[in-house]
Amino acid sequence: MSESSPKQSAWNPGEGGSSSPLLQLTLIRFREFLREPEAVFWTFIFPLLLASGLGLAFRSRPGDVAKVGVLTTAPGAESVRAALTGDSTLQIVSLDDSAAVTALRIGTVALVVVATDSERVEYRYDRARTEARTARLLVDQALQRKRGRTDAVQVSESIVSERGSRYIDFVLPGLLAMNLMGSGMWGIGFSIVDARKKKLLKRFVATPMRRHHYLASFLLMRLGLMVIEVTVITVFGYFAFGVPMRGSLVTFGVACLLGALVFGSLGLLVASRARTIEAASGLMNLLMLPMWVASGVFFSAGNFPDAVQPVIQALPLTAVVDAVRGIMIQGLGWAALALEFAIIATWLVLSFGIALRIFRWR
Amino acid sequence: MPVAPLALEVHALRKTFGNVVAVDGLDLEVQAGECFGLLGPNGAGKTTTIEICEGLQEPDSGDVLILGQRWSSDERALRERLGVQLQETQFSEKVTVEETITLFRSFFRRGPVVDEIIRLVQLDEKRGARVGTLSGGQKQRLSVACALAGDPELLFLDEPTTGLDPQSRRQLWDLVERLRASGRSIVLTTHYMDEAERLCDRVAIVDHGKVIAIDTPRGLIRALGAEQVVEVELAEGAAVPSGLFDTTAGVLGSRIDGPLWTLQVSAAHEAVPAVLRTLESAQLSLTELRTHTPTLEDVFVSLTGRHLREQ
Repeated sequence: MSESSPKQSAWNPGEGGSSSPLLQLTLIRFREFLREPEAVFWTFIFPLLLASGLGLAFRSRPGDVAKVGVLTTAPGAESVRAALTGDSTLQIVSLDDSAAVTALRIGTVALVVVATDSERVEYRYDRARTEARTARLLVDQALQRKRGRTDAVQVSESIVSERGSRYIDFVLPGLLAMNLMGSGMWGIGFSIVDARKKKLLKRFVATPMRRHHYLASFLLMRLGLMVIEVTVITVFGYFAFGVPMRGSLVTFGVACLLGALVFGSLGLLVASRARTIEAASGLMNLLMLPMWVASGVFFSAGNFPDAVQPVIQALPLTAVVDAVRGIMIQGLGWAALALEFAIIATWLVLSFGIALRIFRWR
Repeated sequence: MPVAPLALEVHALRKTFGNVVAVDGLDLEVQAGECFGLLGPNGAGKTTTIEICEGLQEPDSGDVLILGQRWSSDERALRERLGVQLQETQFSEKVTVEETITLFRSFFRRGPVVDEIIRLVQLDEKRGARVGTLSGGQKQRLSVACALAGDPELLFLDEPTTGLDPQSRRQLWDLVERLRASGRSIVLTTHYMDEAERLCDRVAIVDHGKVIAIDTPRGLIRALGAEQVVEVELAEGAAVPSGLFDTTAGVLGSRIDGPLWTLQVSAAHEAVPAVLRTLESAQLSLTELRTHTPTLEDVFVSLTGRHLREQ
């Protein structure tokens, strides 16, 4: 059979042999992704590990104790030590001069108490550290009470540990948005630059393939993966840490969809002319680094000075983080997030439009 | 019956990159159903020419007519009618042979079913294998398979066998011969003489962006006028008078390249004894003597004074 030379007329007309090019292109995108174990790890597993790590590190700790060092070489060390031991909020260690310096420096104690004589103590600590300021208050209160100070005001406490106000509730929506950015930009940008480098783009252009089908296949893959990523992260957050979903699922879905599209388009834009992975990589970092730092993923964007706030608020990641966090934690709706949606839509239209215009096919 | 248009018509084609002239007023005509070879050394302008014909590069000037159509007005229609295989395309390594061909097939409105393409390029056993696991020859046949996805009337193959081992080259030649037998027009570039001689109905020899000769392989060789070629290598360092063999009986032409003389002769059995006598009387000793029937390589050397593959 293979010996016969098939005449052109012997070809079967390809009915059934052909299917939609957009479908085939998208299928190839998914195959390329799913057959790359590293990509699967960074997209799905890594955000979960990061969320777990942060969730554990910043979990609410009711029985938290302050670690305090007492300088043994100081004259009143013994009496201070006696006064502080027994306080359940404090953990006391004895340190000599050099050990005290080291312990403060590396943070194994939050504060060092130096009893200069029986009537005087000196606190050594870093005012910028929250746990050091807390330790100072606790130690001071314990010492003063031991010497007979009484409280002037009667206090009663009711402890709040509400879902939605913990650090994990803050950081998980941030990680979700950051993941949309990372996988959108790396996933699309690298595949395209790689195809250009391997002359595959040129080869596609030599066929009747519609160019917008090629670009659309990347966005479709991103949307497909986005659904999985977002589901994995939110379901994990809900069951592992009880991170709430207070807003409407529809609003949430639209925010994630727009987020995936805007970062996919930025990925297209970065890859639209780059000929090497290195060039694309540099551009990606240039674009993403400021957003990792400033867009409020790990801490509130409000920490930055007022002067730069307009810039930070206009960044696409800030808008996506604020929208996702607002929906999940505060239950915000369309009206409250109109500005964020407008910012995301603007970035989407601009980056996709420019990418289409300047795209290098050869 | 109307006269079928030429498969390819190129007139006064010019293309420069900066101040390098890649194609310098090149003319070509390829008949329908013909396997046409562009033969020339690296950098002769073959790839630039073929990529302009494929609509992948813009010429500076000149006219290109493909299957009677032009890129400027009929791009979409032409894309459906052409099969293009480029030098150095690397397909996605994680995707299988069948998936790759299915993808290319989906781009074309008409064409053979995927199974048939796979059978034609003899990749049946590798249909489920990922591209990354294929040998060089198999990758090249996959590349041809993708070019066949639209059942092209005109097929462009740019150096299809460069870098392949001898067995893979022969397999690819068999494939090209089957394609030629099926009646489609083929334009291929190569810098292998034996490839052009075996596969092509006609060959254009390209050098410095111009066609310097165009004919059937036999015709080009016949134009050389020699029945045999004799190569004589002299001992290094000997002082050799120029025109040494000018008066030797039976020698039609000669050329010197270092210690190596290449002689075009009418009949080897008469020329070789005369050559030996000439050397003897000039008191030169030879280290090697070879004869062969002339090839396109000899044609190229006689036209340009250079070998096709320098070094």
